[in-house]
Amino acid sequence: MTPSIEAVGLTKRFGSFTALDHLNLKVDGSKCVGFLGPNGAGKTTTLKMFTDLIFPSEGEAFINGVSVQKDRKRALSVCGDLIESPEIYPSLTPREAFQMSGALRGMRPEEVASRTTTVLEEVKMMEWADQKFGSFSKGMKQRVNIAAALLSDPEVVILDEPSTGLDPRGMAEVRSIVRGLKKGHRLIFMSSHILSEVVDVCDEVALLDRGKLLFADRLANVTQRLGGGVRAVEAEFASPLDETVLASQIGALPEVGGWSRTDANRITLQVKGGPVEQAHLLEKIASLQLGLVSFRESRSALEEVYLREISVGDA
Amino acid sequence: MSATPTFAPADASATAPAGAIGTVPTTVAQALILSRYQFRDFLRSRRFILMMGIVLAAGAILTTVVAYFRPAGLIDNADDLYGGLWAGGAGVVIVFAGIIFGGDAIAGEFQNKTGYFLMGLPIKRTTVYAGKYLATLAASIVSLIVYLIIVTGNAVYYLGAGAFSVPIPLIESFAITLLYLLALLGFVFLFSSLFKTSAYAVLVVAILFLFGFSIIQEVIVSLAHTEPWFLLSYVNSINAYPLTGVPGHIVTTRSPFGRATVTTYNPTYFEGLVVMAGYWLLTTIGGLLFFEREEFT
Ligand SMILES: Nc1ncnc2c1ncn2[C@@H]1O[C@H](COP(=O)(O)OP(=O)(O)OP(=O)(O)O)[C@@H](O)[C@H]1O
Ligand SMILES: [Mg+2]
Repeated sequence: MTPSIEAVGLTKRFGSFTALDHLNLKVDGSKCVGFLGPNGAGKTTTLKMFTDLIFPSEGEAFINGVSVQKDRKRALSVCGDLIESPEIYPSLTPREAFQMSGALRGMRPEEVASRTTTVLEEVKMMEWADQKFGSFSKGMKQRVNIAAALLSDPEVVILDEPSTGLDPRGMAEVRSIVRGLKKGHRLIFMSSHILSEVVDVCDEVALLDRGKLLFADRLANVTQRLGGGVRAVEAEFASPLDETVLASQIGALPEVGGWSRTDANRITLQVKGGPVEQAHLLEKIASLQLGLVSFRESRSALEEVYLREISVGDA
Repeated sequence: MSATPTFAPADASATAPAGAIGTVPTTVAQALILSRYQFRDFLRSRRFILMMGIVLAAGAILTTVVAYFRPAGLIDNADDLYGGLWAGGAGVVIVFAGIIFGGDAIAGEFQNKTGYFLMGLPIKRTTVYAGKYLATLAASIVSLIVYLIIVTGNAVYYLGAGAFSVPIPLIESFAITLLYLLALLGFVFLFSSLFKTSAYAVLVVAILFLFGFSIIQEVIVSLAHTEPWFLLSYVNSINAYPLTGVPGHIVTTRSPFGRATVTTYNPTYFEGLVVMAGYWLLTTIGGLLFFEREEFT
């Protein structure tokens, strides 16, 4: 069976405030889908309805075709989830907590034992397997929570900002965990604020703003959404550049739509055209021998689209 | 975006989960599994030590008082000894067990965010409620048994082998006490589901059962001159009947001074059993209805 999650007219109101407004979204197949949106967009609200922590005001959520609202037990049986930052009973160790959740999921004790080792090793928490959860730091708890979501090797994985509270290495590890998960026949739906993480691991993105879905598309198509948009590139030089040199040598290049100084050693350039023009520009600036240290897009295409779509909503 | 699914790599079948590992157990099995883990958690928790401390302290006070006054009516025979010490004290032990083990059972899941861990699992809300209820029940029964052992210790001291002369009435009394426990825990769980803050749930239950109901009972009897048959704290006294016999339902005694009469009420077996079972049923249904609708926001 193809793993899938589907929201049908999913709506959540808190009093007169609509946190999620008739979300219609179907994702299926084995892939990773990034769920994006600014603070308060309704991401957690959506994921909580997918895991039956809160109830829709209207509409329904399905996991593998099973309504979460009608049969949470069956719907969640194929699903591993991490919503907000749950607490495991503080007097339990990760191993004991996994024994409990594994038993409740119907895993045999030896399966639980071997999976516990696998997932705790994956989040680098194996040496803490027998320490009480209550004594862990925020990031350690989050690592254990990620492991808990993966314990049963579920086909559908729902993660709400899995990198929250993790150190840089932890974030990198989350990425590699998600990439590893994608090797299986598995659907991963994760909310995130870290666009680079999404670009790195996700195949598709859905963008939510103020409870409304702005778009859902393959990541590869997002760049095209930029359409006539202008790319911004940041160039850094070894030593401060003279204003006149900048204007005459770089500003005059045909690929440059405009430029501005970021600080003494750095400038931001608007590139006219697409990747080909950007490549030409790099070659030309390098050949000027001005001491170019780095040359990179100041924002990814996803970031560009994200900011543009969100600001359209503001207008 | 469903129109363009990307497909898993060729080696997917090797690691492909068939949904997930394990076949989710039946609801009853899950409730038992959950209660086992919760119970183990109780045994290792500070609150269990606290509860044992309370039971042992109560037992010690009672033992000392009895040893000091040696009330003849109490220590002459097993019926009266158990009827007085066990049946009365068990009610107090139950109230403390309810508060200590049950007060935050549901509220704590919201307050401490442990509910997010539990409710993300393929398990019905009813199952979670039942599992926690069973664990609280088991921990309370352990407390009751410890208390009974203390009382039995006293009985052996005063009566020797005679301490074991009333097994059937004692079992009956224990059974009625259990019914009271079921009803009280139902009540506690109802309040625990009503609040998302453990402290409120614990406080309300403690106030009601430690003072509230006795005050209400006094008011009803002395001012309204009515039998407070509907109060759990009134009907629970039937747990002494198998040992002490059934007292008169309504006893009117003439005051030695003047013409005033004093009326005391004693619940009948029927009242007691029906009211306790009723409380159990209604509070459990009520608590479940609340919990089923409660959101983890
Ligand atoms: N229990 C609640 N009562 C009232 N409003 C709520 C409640 N929970 C969420 N909201 C509102 O719903 C909106 C969506 O919240 P939600 O937590 O889903 O946002 P989010 O997209 O997850 O944001 P973030 O990126 O900050 O995690 C917010 O405006 C929030 O204030
Ligand atoms: Mg959120």
